[in-house]
Amino acid sequence: MSLGVVMLVHTAFDRAEQVIRHLVAAGCPVVVHVDRKVAGRHFDALRAALVDLETVRFSPRNRCEWGGWGLVAATQAAAGMLLRDFPDVRHVYLMSGACLPLRPVAELQAYLDAHPDTDFIESATTADVPWTVGGLSGERFTLRFPFSWRRHRRLFDGYVRLQRRLRFRRRIPEGLVPHMGSQWWCLTRRTLSAILSDPRRAEYDHYFRRVWIPDESYFQSLARLWSPRIESRSLTLSKFDFQGKPHVFYDDHLQLLRRSDCFVARKIWPQAAKLYRVFLNPENAERLRAEPNPGRIDRIFAAAVELRTKGRPGLWMQSRFPHDGWENGVTAAPWSVFEGFADLFPDFESWLARMTGLRVHGHLFAPDRVEFEGRQPTFTGALTDRASIRDHHPEMFLRNLIWNTRGERQCFQFGPADNQAISWPMAKDGNAQVAVISGAWAIPLFLSNRDFADIRTTAARLQRIETDHLWALRSQWARARVQVWTLAEFVENPMEHLQAALAGVAPRNLPRVAEAPRMVDLAGFGQFLQNLKNQGMHPTLTGDFPAGGAVQTPAPPRRKPYLVRGRE
Amino acid sequence: MGAWQRYRLRLARQRWVIRAIRKRRELTPVQDRTRRIRRRDILVFSTFRNENIRLPWFLDYYRAMGVNHFLMVDNGSDDGGREYLAGQPDVSLWTTGASYRRARFGADWLNWLQRRHGHDHWCLTVDPDELFIYPFCDTRPLRALTDWLDASSIRSFSAMLLDMYPKGPVETAIYTRGADPLEVANWFDAGNYTISRNPRFGNLWIQGGPRMRAFFADEPARAPALNKIPLVKWHRSYAYASSTHMLLPRGLNAVFDDWGGEKTSGLLLHVKFLSTMADKATEELARGQHYAASREYRAYAEGIAGGTDLWCKWSEKYINWRQLEVLGLMSKGNWA
Repeated sequence: MSLGVVMLVHTAFDRAEQVIRHLVAAGCPVVVHVDRKVAGRHFDALRAALVDLETVRFSPRNRCEWGGWGLVAATQAAAGMLLRDFPDVRHVYLMSGACLPLRPVAELQAYLDAHPDTDFIESATTADVPWTVGGLSGERFTLRFPFSWRRHRRLFDGYVRLQRRLRFRRRIPEGLVPHMGSQWWCLTRRTLSAILSDPRRAEYDHYFRRVWIPDESYFQSLARLWSPRIESRSLTLSKFDFQGKPHVFYDDHLQLLRRSDCFVARKIWPQAAKLYRVFLNPENAERLRAEPNPGRIDRIFAAAVELRTKGRPGLWMQSRFPHDGWENGVTAAPWSVFEGFADLFPDFESWLARMTGLRVHGHLFAPDRVEFEGRQPTFTGALTDRASIRDHHPEMFLRNLIWNTRGERQCFQFGPADNQAISWPMAKDGNAQVAVISGAWAIPLFLSNRDFADIRTTAARLQRIETDHLWALRSQWARARVQVWTLAEFVENPMEHLQAALAGVAPRNLPRVAEAPRMVDLAGFGQFLQNLKNQGMHPTLTGDFPAGGAVQTPAPPRRKPYLVRGRE
Repeated sequence: MGAWQRYRLRLARQRWVIRAIRKRRELTPVQDRTRRIRRRDILVFSTFRNENIRLPWFLDYYRAMGVNHFLMVDNGSDDGGREYLAGQPDVSLWTTGASYRRARFGADWLNWLQRRHGHDHWCLTVDPDELFIYPFCDTRPLRALTDWLDASSIRSFSAMLLDMYPKGPVETAIYTRGADPLEVANWFDAGNYTISRNPRFGNLWIQGGPRMRAFFADEPARAPALNKIPLVKWHRSYAYASSTHMLLPRGLNAVFDDWGGEKTSGLLLHVKFLSTMADKATEELARGQHYAASREYRAYAEGIAGGTDLWCKWSEKYINWRQLEVLGLMSKGNWA
């Protein structure tokens, strides 16, 4: 009988009874502390249920408030009783009623026998380890906390603020270095009795009585004074979420808990019948066990905290609706926009798809319909090609598209004739890669057979829209990667610029542009622009085209011969 | 939000509570077993009309989840559903012939019953064609969720409505009483939902899915709302504002995180689109008791008469909650 258990119980008494019986059957004496807030009939029932067990004692009941001194006082009294009544006990294990031994108690005893002088108590200095949740770490030890955090939150917060403003600091007892750690420990008789019979105990108790959450620091700090050998970890597997609330284990964690090889886990859902059945079964001692290794459980709970605090980038749903600027990525994955390319190269879509192997759409924000790849009526996630539905919430349409196609880069065409509602979202999204040939909207007008006055008004409107759009792309809030060429600039050396635009789409394994897309015939385009100017509408975004049609002049001789330019 | 706005919302809530108390006179008890409700019981609240064909599965589904008692309001059924429910040991049943629309689509009746019987209980308010799912619902009973919500000091739980539909014309999806409707209607839209925020009540307004696609393409702004908050740790001062889309006090609508994280949420699988739909639409259209002049039912009646197939190439087939979690329709949050 080398191991004794102190158990703090405040709820789920039938489960506590089960665990106590399990411990006693393995030869461990148990001292039970039941919170005084619990109704007397529950306490009497538990006591009556355990009356047949000789090595179970009940310590005097204290009121235990979360974060208050009561838990420490209860532990002190119960531990003192255990040491006094059971002189054979060498290690004292502090458990709660929601703890469940995962490995046979004999294995725990053997483990402790192999480490007879070691105190297993997680104990870290607050100065070095920034692990507390919710602000108060060092201040736990230098401020006073007379008010209950649970019941009088405002008083609690107000008093903390007041003390901060007054620069109030408590004196820490001499020689004491504040340490913190999990409240579930396993101490040797030597260390524990030294702590309990310390001549300065009254002073320490007085100090810790007004420390915030002393059950995480009292034994953790005092053990540092007395223990010859501290192993700073808890033998109890206990995980906390981002608010400092313990994660709960359910039946579906069975395999995970089995493989953790931890001795004790907390906290178990009282109705997790399978866990209690399996782990309290005395025939459950088949495998050769290793050192505790809670790595997998760590990862699962760390992922849960990550999901709760950061979420999945680019996802907007019923329980994630970030404020502007808190999206952690406006969209889920990188995507590309080509503006003006389809005007200059009629087969640009299919050419780009061939060159890059990516998903290439037409004008997704065209006024009449959504031009999905292949002009299909619906697309992933059951998005439809109806412009009315898209325009109901264009930004959401874009986010949905990128979210639905995670893992496959989307490219689409855009221009001043399209719905401009996504102009700013596009500019502000770091995932967006935008290649613009400015002024290319003039080409369809040039090729159209419309009335010139009509063309002139349309050109003026498109130019105004594109100017606004370019302003967004170049603004200080823009995070998209943007490349802009004027039409004149682009046409001068199309292959080189195409290559640069493609480099933005597929930075790695970029194919050499082996085949040029067909370009529209720009003969007479310069004159067309001149006519617009003569009507008072200067197409500034196209760049300078000589009115005489210099575009048709042959390219410099070193240009590659397969580049077909300006011929039908 | 200013004090004035807060004051107005408080008035609105008090008005609804008073309205609910007044509307209690419209309810006639058929079978009152509410004395069997124990202190920690989980309760289901529901109104229905001529849903006899769905009721057995509805009860079985929620019983298996761990619901302890059903409080149901029958709005003038004549298909034997009332008699069936009256014989169930865990159902308390009221009946009324009054107007569904003038009871704010049933919300007044349920607000009353919740105020009277739901105080300090976890209350799940669902229609007979809504199947609630939540993270780990295949391995953990509903009590595990409510215990966790209690421990996390969370009072309300979001579950968006997810419309399920069959492959092929809706009228060919024959449903037999007592069977799992998800065997017939097991397709859904995975990613075409739009969300915006309702500044007045602080809730999200979600639209989309097959109904928007097929019936409201010309007027998407009028498409039905899909946001729902069906699971609430009730207090007698609470009131649902319109159906279960939102409620007051306003804090209960804060079921989403706005700093980038994800809160835990579930879904209501809406198994409305079965062969029974066509009759229902005709009948409800004649009664004119539904939202926005029964616009929805008119659209259905026209669409379904024309053999509307809601299924499309990109429809997703339902497997389990984990699939819906990966698709981003619901979230585990920090419940692991």
